[in-house]
Amino acid sequence: MIYILQNYWRALLYSDGYHMTGIAMTLWLLVVSCAIGFCIALPLAIARNSKNPLIWGPVWLYGFIFRGTPLYVQLLLIYTGVYGLHFVRETPFLADFFRSAINCTLLSFALNTGAYTTEIFYGAIRDTSFGEVDAGRAYGMSRFTLYRRIIIPSALRRALPMYSNEVILMLHATTLAFTATVPDILKVTNDAYVATYAPFDAFGLAAVIYLCISFTLIFMFRRAERHFLAHLAS
Amino acid sequence: MFNLGGYGPHILAGTVTTVELSLLSLLVSFILGLIGASAKLSKNRAARGIATVYTTLIRGIPDLVLMLLIFYSLQIWINDFTDWLNNLQNSIDFEVQLDPFTSGVITLGFIYGAYFTETFRGAFLAVPKGQMEAARAFGMRPFLVFRRILFPQMMRYALPGLGNNWQVILKATALVSIIGLSDVVFAAQQAGEATLETFFYLCIAGAVYLVLTIISNGVLLYLERKYMIGVRQAVL
Repeated sequence: MIYILQNYWRALLYSDGYHMTGIAMTLWLLVVSCAIGFCIALPLAIARNSKNPLIWGPVWLYGFIFRGTPLYVQLLLIYTGVYGLHFVRETPFLADFFRSAINCTLLSFALNTGAYTTEIFYGAIRDTSFGEVDAGRAYGMSRFTLYRRIIIPSALRRALPMYSNEVILMLHATTLAFTATVPDILKVTNDAYVATYAPFDAFGLAAVIYLCISFTLIFMFRRAERHFLAHLAS
Repeated sequence: MFNLGGYGPHILAGTVTTVELSLLSLLVSFILGLIGASAKLSKNRAARGIATVYTTLIRGIPDLVLMLLIFYSLQIWINDFTDWLNNLQNSIDFEVQLDPFTSGVITLGFIYGAYFTETFRGAFLAVPKGQMEAARAFGMRPFLVFRRILFPQMMRYALPGLGNNWQVILKATALVSIIGLSDVVFAAQQAGEATLETFFYLCIAGAVYLVLTIISNGVLLYLERKYMIGVRQAVL
């Protein structure tokens, strides 16, 4: 254990001397994929609430495919599958993009969490109380203003508990990045395991670190909920 | 048609492994969940403490980390244990070898048992108190109360959560290919590497999961109807 800590503490925390690794890498993956996922999810959730089947149909299909297959398969598909396609290797831009492990990882994570987040926001927007919308209309708000001022702020607040769950699950999902050779926490501890052949020490260390990050996130979301959902407190 | 360049049977065998693994893990985690929920709701403080530590720890740690942790440590622990037994009694010399399938089932069952514990805890609490009191007034023993009264009513409240957990287990089985079990993802990867058509074969693996999801949605709908019998709903 002490051997692992002495040899790997720097790699576990932020860098192995060449690249960003360990906790810094895991948090980077988490923040970027959640940010992109959020940006995908908000417009898609509004589209999913549309009455036109041509608009909500494709969004539903996207959600169904990405929530119905394991993230590991999606990651493999994007990381190893796409680069094997002929036209991708021929196009310089696409080839450059899909050759990099971290790009593929971020893309698959963002698409995956985007699908789940869409579903969360869709539910929150659908359950907006009719009184709020009626009041907005009575003030003569246009559709855009109605969404911007009433529906989206209210829906995002109510979605916060579910969304915090999704972020925690995403933290857990970032461990898959190590299968695509991205040096996150699990990759560093896996290296430590291979070097020492002490699985309990190495992976136990990873487990403790992930536990600490999970608890910190849960604590932060609790604070956020107390702030943003104060009007709903009983 | 289902030959898939000669890899059809291989992928089919992988699919069967995936389904078997998911069902067995579901069974293990279902039982662990029932035990855990009973422990969490019991009056015994030690049982409550252990169950709380179990659910908090397991749900705070990523499943892949736990899987690697348990998968690689389990065999070492078992070896240590059998060594200790052998030292204790020199005459017997036995060892236990865990194959990846068994350790996969144990690991997945142990991890998702924590999620089932939370689902069942909520469902147990949702059963009206009067039902339990009536059962006890009839002189039923605790096990009979559980079998005839608590379990059938609890299942109705637990089903949506159970369905969710089942989908998560089904998708989590994809991770076992990382620890060397030949499930459908592993088979698709092998086929892809051999034929250089990784994209195609991984799409097949994804499609297999989609079909399994659709089937389990149907089964869940059926079960939900079954456990809703006798519940009066508002007509809208």
